[in-house]
Amino acid sequence: MPKREDIKSVLVIGSGPIVIGQACEFDYSGTQACRVLRSEGVRVILVNSNPATIMTDPDFADATYIEPITPQVIEAIIAKERPDAILPTLGGQTALNAAISLHEAGILEKYNVELIGAKVAAIKAGEDRQSFKELVLRSGADVAKSLIAHSLEDVLEGARVLGYPVVVRPSFTMGGLGSGIAFNEEDLIRIAGAGLQASPTTEVLLEESILGWKEYELELMRDKADNTVVVCSIENVDPVGVHTGDSITVAPALTLTDREYQRLRDIGIDIIRAVGVDTGGCNIQFAVEPNTGRVIVIEMNPRVSRSSALASKATGFPIAKIAAKLAIGYTLDEIPNDITKVTPASFEPTLDYVVVKVPRFAFEKFPAADNTLTTTMKSVGEAMAIGRTFGQALQKALRSLERRGSSFHWGEQPFSKDELLETSKKPTDGRIVTLQQAMRMGATIEEAFEATKIDPWFLEQIQYINMAANEIANADKLDSTVLTFAKENGFSDQQIAQLRGETEQTIRDTRHKLGIRPVFKTVDTCAGEFPALTPYHYSSYEQQTEVRPSTDKKVIIIGSGPNRIGQGVEFDYSCVHASFALSDAGFETIMINCNPETVSTDYDTSDRLYFEPLTLEDVLEVIHAESQSGDVIGVVVQLGGQTALGLAQGLATAGIPILGTLTLLKPSW
Amino acid sequence: MIRDKDSVLVLEDGYTFPGYSFGMGGSTLGEIVFATGMSGYQETLTDPSYAGQIVVQTAPHIGNTGMNDLDEESDRIWVSGYVVKEISRIDSNFRSERSLEADLLRDQVVGIAGLDTRALTLHLRNLGVMRAGIFTGEEAHKPISDLVEIVRASEPMAGRSLSDVVSTKKTYKVSGQGEIQGKVAILDLGIKRSTIENMAARGLDVIVYPAQVDVETLLEEHPDAVFFSNGPGDPSTADKQILLLQEILRRGIPFFGICFGNQLLGRALGFDTYKLAFGHRGINQPVIDKRSGKVEVTAHNHGFAVKMDSQGVIESPAGFGKVQVSHLCLNDNVVEGIECLDLPAYSVQYHPEAAAGPHDANYLFDRLVQLIEDTKMDKRK
Repeated sequence: MPKREDIKSVLVIGSGPIVIGQACEFDYSGTQACRVLRSEGVRVILVNSNPATIMTDPDFADATYIEPITPQVIEAIIAKERPDAILPTLGGQTALNAAISLHEAGILEKYNVELIGAKVAAIKAGEDRQSFKELVLRSGADVAKSLIAHSLEDVLEGARVLGYPVVVRPSFTMGGLGSGIAFNEEDLIRIAGAGLQASPTTEVLLEESILGWKEYELELMRDKADNTVVVCSIENVDPVGVHTGDSITVAPALTLTDREYQRLRDIGIDIIRAVGVDTGGCNIQFAVEPNTGRVIVIEMNPRVSRSSALASKATGFPIAKIAAKLAIGYTLDEIPNDITKVTPASFEPTLDYVVVKVPRFAFEKFPAADNTLTTTMKSVGEAMAIGRTFGQALQKALRSLERRGSSFHWGEQPFSKDELLETSKKPTDGRIVTLQQAMRMGATIEEAFEATKIDPWFLEQIQYINMAANEIANADKLDSTVLTFAKENGFSDQQIAQLRGETEQTIRDTRHKLGIRPVFKTVDTCAGEFPALTPYHYSSYEQQTEVRPSTDKKVIIIGSGPNRIGQGVEFDYSCVHASFALSDAGFETIMINCNPETVSTDYDTSDRLYFEPLTLEDVLEVIHAESQSGDVIGVVVQLGGQTALGLAQGLATAGIPILGTLTLLKPSW
Repeated sequence: MIRDKDSVLVLEDGYTFPGYSFGMGGSTLGEIVFATGMSGYQETLTDPSYAGQIVVQTAPHIGNTGMNDLDEESDRIWVSGYVVKEISRIDSNFRSERSLEADLLRDQVVGIAGLDTRALTLHLRNLGVMRAGIFTGEEAHKPISDLVEIVRASEPMAGRSLSDVVSTKKTYKVSGQGEIQGKVAILDLGIKRSTIENMAARGLDVIVYPAQVDVETLLEEHPDAVFFSNGPGDPSTADKQILLLQEILRRGIPFFGICFGNQLLGRALGFDTYKLAFGHRGINQPVIDKRSGKVEVTAHNHGFAVKMDSQGVIESPAGFGKVQVSHLCLNDNVVEGIECLDLPAYSVQYHPEAAAGPHDANYLFDRLVQLIEDTKMDKRK
């Protein structure tokens, strides 16, 4: 089933301005889609109001409209361009909503434009909670139990059936007015009493609480021949109650047996079929009760998302790119796997490493904001790290956040174990470090679990890092065995320095003298079963490196790290353009970055991609590895915002040639 | 916690990988293979097809969810050695009954952890599977050249017969559930529990026979179909079972085979089998069902395959009429299924029972029920 010949032009809808919950991941997905469609000979018309994006560059579409994403404007564009189809699944909820508005206003029909990627019915099935619930139950899966009550007596009786805690949602109130979680009868009388009063129909919905359950996501893709694959499983370290965008997440899922995982997969496939996503991807979120394994489907999004950007970077399976190909009629088995080139995309990636994503918050910019994490997303960016073990990946991810105190540390701790445990009960932006401190002060896995409901497997990993820190601190001598052990467990030179009371530079010098350096492994979608042709690397302290020698002159570009307020997609834009321009000028380009939402961390953007934290240590090691395998002429630091600039001094001191203007360096240099 | 890597994995080509010992101490020898599934280490360990093999898990964290009785594919661990990146220090799962380490000790399995499993996997991918040894404790301190000699003196997998090692010693029965659809005689060449469960769940009564059973005994309960299971070893050593299968085919009894059973059907039909460079061992393999054109994501565990033309209908060289390849692996075009067009017989090289792995190919058990029904209908006519 080759591509459809009736689609000659496609209108791609972007996601507009960056807001919390919808950031540059949609530039990444939209850019991929535009590239794919054009390379297939399809005329691409793009509408997006955000000029700080790669996709709105003139090179990426045949006609680009930097206009508001409203039905009126899109109608005018349709009238002028007369596209055969609209692809709304790569521009987030904004694009999906626009597509639904166009449909409801009769505009699609009027101009005879087809929605591709997801049909209206599929989009609506995911949104209408009641019909989605029915659909899930029909698939043999479960949803949170709920019942309707019209009086306090009904409410109390209902709570006896559902058990505590119970979620109270008054009907027909604005913005969730009067809703809340009741942990006991007293809470319930107060919340439901007010709720009944607030509801114009004196009605509240009581819902079983799934707070504290384990949370998982699956990224699925399906083609028009009904071939379906699960691209990636993602496990939230923070249990249900924290928005997945604000949770620390890990891929693949690490605490499920195959029987449990396959059950999620079966449910996921049933749902994607029932919803009718027939040429694209979807994301399904699950809650799993930790003591019984009961599975509840939380929600489904019939489009690419933040999670699918993460899943793409985590696996090397480019979801947006493949979604665009499926939308114009290809089937999964007709699309080659980008990384191996010889095997088809109708498979499921398998990982021989662990990926950890941590959110980046900006509460310091809003002193009055409540930093409690809830089901409403509050983070403004994220960092992803790849390690051969969870411990490595977690430590790398935390230092990728580039914030003082974001990494595990072993300095003075004024608070007691109990105080720290108490603090960690409430999910906040720095909870993982608070937890590490509590465990360092003696909190057991059981106590930490009681406080957080984080799976004991993850807690043990933190405990182990603390124990390792102790051994590193107390070792007689920082010899090869101790340093190797520290590195295998993800400790940075800086952390080792703190533990040993030395400077970071001394540790680095010692380490280099002992010849302890990372090797670089490859993200290959298949755990080594087939040769990877795309050099997408991450570091690890092991036996054998996979960096191939090269003959061209090489330039290394330092990216801008996780998005934050004041440093967003615009810096990624610059880095990507630097890469393109240098490539045009005949250089081999090497990108280092840790932000999974971006175009720069697409393995197609530069000749080589290193997914690494942007700390001096990690960047120096990449430069070293590349220098061993060819001629590095220098590093570009001026385009990656404060992150890259902040490294300039250290790199210059280490004797690394900085390309471009040197006046950027501090006067002290 | 901080310790020197006190154990070593030695390959027959002289490559070595230092690591830490876990499970039993001592040393072990076997054919080293890599398995790429991210879930299901318990099913992998207890799959009899891995007998005689040292298994490398490419997934870095193993043991996280412990071990439980429900997920056992047989009553013991069969691998001859276990290689992982990191073994879990705790088991965290509501169904866990004991740790992986406890079961490894119970079944005396030597393990090694903390080594560069990716480098090892790439090495095996590039050079093919080979013999290897895990040496711990005293043994690990011997000169590497001595260890390589020990590995080179071990028995290679090609030409090895292991059916009798893994097969049941006694015949046993499992009753079908619900309305009974028929009776299946199973030749146990290393069967997995899930295969039997899948048949029983479809209303098939099954009788499981040892690998050396003769045709009269196999058929004495008048089964509606005969099934040859998965299992370890080189299919070219299974002459007795191939003759048995040819007799089944001659009598027109419906036949279904999985994995080793597929290789034996291939050989019974007169085709050759060969050893793959590094085999298929994973739960993400795309297989196309040529009948429906649909792609299924499937569980594989095989080092040998059937050599036959995958295009069109061909004549069985052994005179069993027309046959064709029904399933192909899209990664490398290896034959993954055979169907006879003149006889009620079919088989697949991969694992429709999954465990571990996706359930996409489960329909193949429905085909068995259908085949039994169709054959009964034909007889009535």
